[in-house]
Amino acid sequence: MIVLRDVSKRFGAHQALDGVSLTVAPYTTHVLLGGSGSGKSTVLRLVLGLVPADTGDVAVDGVPVGPATRRDIQRRIGYVVQEGALYPHLTTAGNVGLPARARGWPAAAIEARVNELARLVDFRRPLLERYPAELSGGQRQRVSLMRALVLDPPVLLLDEPLGALDPITRTELQGELVQMFRELRKTVVLVTHDVREAFVLGTNITLLDAGRVVQHGTFDDLARRPATPLVTEFLRAQTPPPAMAEYF
Amino acid sequence: MRRRRPGAALIAGTLLATALTAAVPAGAAERPVVRIGSKSFTESYILAELVAQIVEQAGEARVDRKFGLGGTGIVYNALAGGELDVYPEYTGTVARMILKDPGVTTLDVMRTRVAERGLVVSAPLGFDNAYALAVSRATAGRLGLRTLSDLRGHRELTALFDPGFLDRDDGWPGLRRHYGLDFRDVRIMEHALAYRALASGKVDVITVFTTDGELAREAVTVLADDRKFFPDYVAVLLARRAFVEQQPRTWAALERRLAGRLDNATMARLNAEVDLDHQSAAAVAASFLGTGLGTGRREAGSERRAALLRELPALTLQHLVLVGVSLAVAVALGVPLGILAARRRRLGQVELMGVGVLQTIPALALLSFMIPLFGIGRVPALVALSLYALLPIVRNTYAGLVSLDPQLVDMAAVIGLDGTKRLGWVELPLASVTILAGIKTAAVLTVGTATLAAFIGGGGYGTLIVTGLALNDAATILAGAIPSALMALAVHGLFEAFDRLAVPRGLRIRASPR
Repeated sequence: MIVLRDVSKRFGAHQALDGVSLTVAPYTTHVLLGGSGSGKSTVLRLVLGLVPADTGDVAVDGVPVGPATRRDIQRRIGYVVQEGALYPHLTTAGNVGLPARARGWPAAAIEARVNELARLVDFRRPLLERYPAELSGGQRQRVSLMRALVLDPPVLLLDEPLGALDPITRTELQGELVQMFRELRKTVVLVTHDVREAFVLGTNITLLDAGRVVQHGTFDDLARRPATPLVTEFLRAQTPPPAMAEYF
Repeated sequence: MRRRRPGAALIAGTLLATALTAAVPAGAAERPVVRIGSKSFTESYILAELVAQIVEQAGEARVDRKFGLGGTGIVYNALAGGELDVYPEYTGTVARMILKDPGVTTLDVMRTRVAERGLVVSAPLGFDNAYALAVSRATAGRLGLRTLSDLRGHRELTALFDPGFLDRDDGWPGLRRHYGLDFRDVRIMEHALAYRALASGKVDVITVFTTDGELAREAVTVLADDRKFFPDYVAVLLARRAFVEQQPRTWAALERRLAGRLDNATMARLNAEVDLDHQSAAAVAASFLGTGLGTGRREAGSERRAALLRELPALTLQHLVLVGVSLAVAVALGVPLGILAARRRRLGQVELMGVGVLQTIPALALLSFMIPLFGIGRVPALVALSLYALLPIVRNTYAGLVSLDPQLVDMAAVIGLDGTKRLGWVELPLASVTILAGIKTAAVLTVGTATLAAFIGGGGYGTLIVTGLALNDAATILAGAIPSALMALAVHGLFEAFDRLAVPRGLRIRASPR
């Protein structure tokens, strides 16, 4: 369980978060939905302890996030970002195995785990020896996901993991993620600006705007009982126009 | 400081051959070694060579020639620091630059004062290498000029002075007041060209040194300093007392065979034989001591070149050692310093500033600072070169680390990499391209800077350049400069190849378009 209580964060003149409260229930996929600059990525960075909150509390499974607890909390979280943040000097296997290597796993155990994950995300074995620059965008995000999963953490934080991909790869991966989160029983927080992705993946959705929570709820709640006109506006903005809808 | 400028002479070959063989102990008997220094101008080379040959003949000790050191500060500090035993010096220089007291004019006072520093001054060798003004013999005859006083009232004359002479207190400002002189036009030109200008008739009065080789050959009249303005620059030997006491027979031989034996005309003739006739200082010295092999006038160009070529392998090795060792030290210090600067940003700014300031110290000055600490030779040269190579390495290491993609750095923390693992597994490999570029820059720079090591007896290609500069001999300068340039190119090429090994493969793929 991840809990934010009345959290504010300012970067210079920019108020990134302004009194945000949020609860992520275990084994659910919680989507943080919002436009650019809405503060959704900052929530993940606060949970990871990469930046401290100015005011308010952040806790993971009852443990407040702080300099003393950060290391332990990070150990229980897998993190994926939009461009993958893969290390260009390491092969796929090197990248995926890095968290395990950092914690002193024996080489054989790392190799076995990497192979297991490759099967899980349907990643072809020969590609394990390739460098990030030799992979496609979709392959790179699979690698990033494998790396986030290698220590089998209970929590996954995904920051626009599919944001840089073409529509087909994106849709394909969205489907795979739904299935995987369900099978692996992870607590997932997924940041996106894509309404379709929120609909497909999100158990619960929090819509953020300018650092404030606009509405919490299921997709159904947001669509049928919008808290403000902005909610409807945001959801509709990405709906295909009626004339286009006729084609499908 | 008195300096000599040049004609075009070539001493290098023989000089270096002896210097180098002397530098490597032949495993011979346990005879003591007398280390003889010289500054880097013709007269100093000749005097030092005279000293060396007399010491060798005295048979008490072997000789280590440390010639061509870059100036009074360097040679004197080497002597005071026990790195040299004896070198030729001038009384004016001892008073003004060493004792820093122009009031010391008598030899007795000077002896007392340097004795406090454990040094001994020999009896005067017999000549006075002072500044003087000279006119052409024709002008002297026409205007009846014999002394500086005779110049008074001749405002129609044009003068050509050394760059230094115009500003020095013991130069033109003082001279003008002392004698009440005035000229129509005072121009400045490099001393080497003054005699030619005088011969052409374009100027009437020039500055000379009273033992210039040209004075032995050209139709020039040196005007007598009748009202005693110019300080004495009487040549003497400056020696360590320990050497004088431990090799009394050698010291006695030096005094007996040199003191009072070299008057101005004789010294000017010896200078002319090197500067104008292109004989080696060793040959000129041997001939003066009567032990010469009836020296032929001039060594053939092909022989000179052959002698230079024989030196090149040894000098190349010395140069490589200078560059290799100083670069290794600079990397060993510079990379950790760069890492420290990137970790502690505020400390880092101070550190980068400090390294930057090091770089602004002229290389020659940095080299001379090393002498009180490390003496002369290879060690101080290596220290100075290492310090000099630091900046590009520290700066690039710092720049490479602070410009890493922040997402990759954050991810390292989340993944659980901290401290040395984060540095070694992620940060240094990612910054490797930038760091290696800094090391490459440092290496190429060091090949060039290492040529200055010769000024403090550090060896390498600079030995040829320093000698060639002192004797104004282009062939010798090029014999040092061209191999040095080639080595710089080779080092550059070597690092290009090394990049391919040291930069992780994944980074090279990124660096090239797909």
